[in-house]
Amino acid sequence: MAALVRLETRLSRLREEYFLKNRSVDEDRKIVYKAAVKIQSWFRGCRVRAYLRYLNKMAISIQKWWRGYQSRRYFRKMIKTAYFIMKMNFYNEMAVRIQKRWRGYYVRKYTHNYYALKKYLEAISLNNEIVRNELQEYAEMNEKKKKKKDLEKKEKEKKYKARKMHYLLSTEQIAGIYNSPFRKFPDPMELLLRQSKPLSHRQQQPKSPFTYDLYDWPTCKRPPAFPTGEPLPPIGRQKPQGPFRDAAEVLRQRYKPLEPTLRVAASISSPLEKAREEMKREEWRKCIHDNEFLPFSSYHKNEKYELSIHASEKIGKETYGIKHFREVQPNKWIAGKNSCIS
Amino acid sequence: MFEYTIFLCVILFFFIFQLFSTHEKMSRKTAVLQQCCPRANFISVEHLRFLQALITWKSVISLLRPLLLDVVPTIQQTAALALGRLAYFNDDLAEAVVKEDILPQLVCSLSEQNRFYKKAAAFVLRAVGKHSPQLAQAIVECGALEALVICLEDFDPGVKEGAAWALGYIARHNSELSQAVVDAGAVPLLVLCIQEPEIALKRIAASTLSDISKHSPELAQTVVDAGAIAYLAQMILNPDAKLKCQVLSALSQIAKHSVDLAELVVEAEIFPVVLTCMKDSDEYVKKNGATLIREIAKHSPELSQFIVNAGGVAAVIDCIGSCKGTVRLPGIMMLGYVAAHSENLSMAVIVSKGIPPLCTCLLEEHEDHIKAAAAWALGQIGRHTPEHARAVAETNVLGTLLSMYMDIRSSEDLQLKAKRALKNILQKCTYLPALEPLLHDAPPNIMKHIVGQFSKVLPHDSKARRLFVTSGGLKKVQEIKAEPGSLLQEYINTINNCYPEEVVRYYSPGYSEMLLERVENYQPVL
Repeated sequence: MAALVRLETRLSRLREEYFLKNRSVDEDRKIVYKAAVKIQSWFRGCRVRAYLRYLNKMAISIQKWWRGYQSRRYFRKMIKTAYFIMKMNFYNEMAVRIQKRWRGYYVRKYTHNYYALKKYLEAISLNNEIVRNELQEYAEMNEKKKKKKDLEKKEKEKKYKARKMHYLLSTEQIAGIYNSPFRKFPDPMELLLRQSKPLSHRQQQPKSPFTYDLYDWPTCKRPPAFPTGEPLPPIGRQKPQGPFRDAAEVLRQRYKPLEPTLRVAASISSPLEKAREEMKREEWRKCIHDNEFLPFSSYHKNEKYELSIHASEKIGKETYGIKHFREVQPNKWIAGKNSCIS
Repeated sequence: MFEYTIFLCVILFFFIFQLFSTHEKMSRKTAVLQQCCPRANFISVEHLRFLQALITWKSVISLLRPLLLDVVPTIQQTAALALGRLAYFNDDLAEAVVKEDILPQLVCSLSEQNRFYKKAAAFVLRAVGKHSPQLAQAIVECGALEALVICLEDFDPGVKEGAAWALGYIARHNSELSQAVVDAGAVPLLVLCIQEPEIALKRIAASTLSDISKHSPELAQTVVDAGAIAYLAQMILNPDAKLKCQVLSALSQIAKHSVDLAELVVEAEIFPVVLTCMKDSDEYVKKNGATLIREIAKHSPELSQFIVNAGGVAAVIDCIGSCKGTVRLPGIMMLGYVAAHSENLSMAVIVSKGIPPLCTCLLEEHEDHIKAAAAWALGQIGRHTPEHARAVAETNVLGTLLSMYMDIRSSEDLQLKAKRALKNILQKCTYLPALEPLLHDAPPNIMKHIVGQFSKVLPHDSKARRLFVTSGGLKKVQEIKAEPGSLLQEYINTINNCYPEEVVRYYSPGYSEMLLERVENYQPVL
């Protein structure tokens, strides 16, 4: 029981103790709870943060890896393009060198060929010389011709004049004007006069008033004449009696020349036949022998043996004129051998 | 009655003919007078007499008209001849002939009458048609063309000649009249006329073809289609000078229009026969031959090349050297055209010794247009490369060109051509000895080019620099006043930079005064 008393004494303090205890525990609990909660939350936070950090690290790692991959790819591409560009530049440069050489060669050989141009210009000079020489010759020839023509004309004129003035020729007694006695030798005109024949008197053609203007046309040869028909009949002729036709008409009719048509004028055989005949004649003339030309394969079949002249004649001299004279045909004789007619 | 009319007619004709010889002299005299004193307001006695004669002759025309219908054919022919002569010398009388309605009568009787009348009637038509296009139009309107073309088919060569001549004079004026002549069917008949043996007929037919084809390419094509070129080309060999003139003129009128026509003419194998024409003794044959070659050369470089290969350039150069006056002009122009096409052709001209004749032309000729042509040709030769410019400059012709440009008396055309030629040559000229004389006289616009050329050559050539100084060129350059910033100033600066400063200062104007001033201002060190 002592325990119980002690308990009872403590009982009054029990409630307070209990309450206080509970309260302190409660407060402790609260504090502890809060502390626990804090610790837990902090821990949880740590954990989550650790997790997030981890996630972050992983994400970074992935991204890092991916970005590296992309950039390497890009870099590779860049390198490829740079390489390609380098290659192309190189090729271009080489191509430029080739083209440079080729273009220089081509232009120097074909377009602006210096040596060909030089040769061409030399050839032109040569050609010009030739042309100039030829033209010079031509001009000289022309001049010579002209001079010759002039000379000939003058000669002709002189001769004509000499012929007209033949009467000025000197005679034995009287010296002509070109043969003065004080000269050593006669004038050339005198010699010309001696050589020339005097002109005959020719009827001078009456100069018609229309000559100059219509003659100006070089192609007009005759002046226009008054219309002249037949000459008038002689005066005092007896007029023929009766209603005869005019004599001139009759004569014209009688002596009218034959005007055959083309068909009549041409020969009977047409030109074609004539040509054919001509051809035949030509061929016959040209032919050497009349034997037909046989092909060689059938030559020996149609061969005719021809005796030579020696074999076809008798041996010995010709008997005609020596042994017998006339031709004798005894079967035609009427009488016999002993008749007197033979 | 019959004898009386003959007598009257003969007397009238004598009268007309006599007065015509004096009439001719009078008309020539008045023409000369009009040339000499164009502003003379006085009427000379001859002028008055001429006018009086004119008035009387107009009344004579109305008298002659009924004689055309006379019974006797000789009177008709003589009356027609008289009318023709009247109309030939004066265009007033020709108008009077047209007004009196004589033409339809003539045209009707052209188809019926004998050949002497046809000749006289063709002569009248030719005389009327030659003066002006209006009169020719009047002839065309009264239907004369068909009648004339029928005359072209006549047997007598004199009739053909008269008809062809009349057609030629009508077609000469302008292209519509030419077209009318062609539409009347004249061209094939003219080509037949060319083949006839008579020289006069050939001449006239060639001249008519030339007149027809000169107006337009279509007309020339019509003439070519009728086959004229082959016959014309054959006739170049004919020795008659006037015929050659006409034939060459016809071919050049055909060739001048286009490249195809020129090629057709060349295909007729006229080269090298045409070159013999350049050595002919007649001046006009040479001129027409040169014209033909020029018309062919101007179209394309290939044709020029062909001509050069055939030796045409040498022939033309000889021709220029041997002639004087306007006869040279087509030859000069031909050289210019050939040289203008390409530098190889220009070098060919230089190699054929083309420049000396051109220089003599420039110096000797009196006419401005020939000098202008020579200047132009030299410019075309020298403008291609420095070699060409050097070849031109070596003949010292630049000074002549400059003086021609500066001369006030030369015509504008000459000045312009000389200036252009000078510019073209100077822009390529590196031959300094020829440029130096020009420094002294040139005007500013030419000076710019000269100084420019110096500024291009001097920086690279030390000997040239020395020569430039010793010949006084540097001094002259310093004296030139140029606006700062202009091209001329830049060139001068370039030249000055080629020399050390002292030299430049030494040659600048006023150097001696500057030195003397320095002497004055100098304080001697005692």
